[in-house]
Amino acid sequence: MSIPALRVSELRFDYPDGHRALDSIDLAVAPGERVALLGPNGAGKTTLVLQLNGVLRPSSGSVEVSGLPVRAEHLREIRRRVGIVFQDPDDQLFMPTVAEDVAFGPANFGVRGPELDARVHDALTAVDMAGHAGRSPLHLSGGQRKRVALATVLACDPEVLVIDEPSSNLDPVARRELAEVLLRLDRTMLMVTHDLPYALQLCPRSVVLDDGRVVADGPTRELLADPELLSRHRLELPYGFTLAGG
Amino acid sequence: MGAGHAHPLHLPGTSPVHRLSPQVKVLAAFMVVFCVVATPRAAFATYGGYLVLLAAVWVIAAIPPGWIGRRALIELPFVVLAVLLPFAQGGERVDVAGLSLSADGLLDGWNIIIKGTLGVLTSLTLAATTSPRDLLLGLQRLRIPATITTIATLMLRYVEVIIGEARRMRIARVSRGHDPRLLWQAGATARSVGRLFLRSYERGERVHLAMVARGFTGAMPALDERPVPRLEWTLGMLPVAVALALVVGAWATA
Ligand SMILES: Nc1ncnc2c1ncn2[C@@H]1O[C@H](COP(=O)(O)OP(=O)(O)OP(=O)(O)O)[C@@H](O)[C@H]1O
Ligand SMILES: [Mg+2]
Repeated sequence: MSIPALRVSELRFDYPDGHRALDSIDLAVAPGERVALLGPNGAGKTTLVLQLNGVLRPSSGSVEVSGLPVRAEHLREIRRRVGIVFQDPDDQLFMPTVAEDVAFGPANFGVRGPELDARVHDALTAVDMAGHAGRSPLHLSGGQRKRVALATVLACDPEVLVIDEPSSNLDPVARRELAEVLLRLDRTMLMVTHDLPYALQLCPRSVVLDDGRVVADGPTRELLADPELLSRHRLELPYGFTLAGG
Repeated sequence: MGAGHAHPLHLPGTSPVHRLSPQVKVLAAFMVVFCVVATPRAAFATYGGYLVLLAAVWVIAAIPPGWIGRRALIELPFVVLAVLLPFAQGGERVDVAGLSLSADGLLDGWNIIIKGTLGVLTSLTLAATTSPRDLLLGLQRLRIPATITTIATLMLRYVEVIIGEARRMRIARVSRGHDPRLLWQAGATARSVGRLFLRSYERGERVHLAMVARGFTGAMPALDERPVPRLEWTLGMLPVAVALALVVGAWATA
């Protein structure tokens, strides 16, 4: 196997208040792979995501992005490679207009002038928000903000896209359209979600996290067809939804 | 920024003053204030001249004087301080309406009031014609250290964050039957002010994390590096020239 796009080894993380949020996590994601990260509330999904570009640093263990260890001296390159879309778009959006917010990331990475404009336009078009470029993110609806938040990261053109809860707050059409956007992107993707059918549609492989540990890792269809495993980790398919065993 | 959420000190418009590059306006405002401060305190006519100058800018920028007037009230506490001065100081005394006042203190009080007022009016004129973001851009282009402009940017954002949090928390309280006008419910209001502080702080932290995740290293990227046409500098420096003439004239005749 080639160098994994993401490799997490023996990762343990304690929050400053002493709460152990992650414990001996081992995970490798191959280039181009799309992986869903599933698990109940408080399992540690968001905490794991924040380790992937060095926003939080492991208490022990290590994280590597395409072979480059996440360490202080590589942070800039790591953050260029790994784009994170945060769970709450209000945390992500802070500039006065949508267009400026989308430009913020690539500008930090040194993109300027017409290329910057093109990046902004393409990213907003991909999420179907180009018509709102001049508006304040504070005035958009929840779902619109969600899409702009995704655009702010798409504009950075990361190798690995990490999305915390992409489908929450989206109307059904926006949810489906976002799936189409994500499938078209064709890059390494780690997607945190409670939306199991969404995981099935987008990610051939799933990892289940519970209480800070990886408790299952395999083909999404197989995991979702195991009612015993699902109920043990507070996962549930929507009403009327069953999967034939894989 | 869209309507309804606009910044309280900004009056959006398309006048020539609004369209000037922010760094020109910031520098011009700074230099005018500098002239005002350097004016001898007894040069009463010169202060009148500054007022006429500002009024001329308001006419060009289509700012109603009442709009500026209401916002100028923020300087009221300083005015009160200045009014108290003549009572406090010793020296030669004059009688005004039966009160014995210190002549030096009177002049000092006037000096503070008029310079403060002109300073506030100039700053308000700048803020009214320049959006907060442009102000920051202006500072950045004038080579003000990145830390300062970044802190200012984040403060602007956090003010909005805090207002937003406060609004959401109030709506949530009111929807559960809380009436902020009832005195015995003041406790809930007070507690939520405490929560508000914590929540704003935590959100501020998360916003910062999200910025760091997009490669933020401490300085806002300068997005628009368009050079300022010479004409804009000339136009923007016109009021400065007038102010300079006023202050030089005041010293020459003093
Ligand atoms: N700043 C913090 N300080 C202390 N503990 C925290 C902090 N943030 C999260 N935790 C704890 O760490 C654990 C994992 O939290 P995390 O946010 O990663 O969960 P999650 O899997 O993303 O949950 P959700 O599905 O609700 O988003 C939780 O028990 C949470 O209470
Ligand atoms: Mg989470």
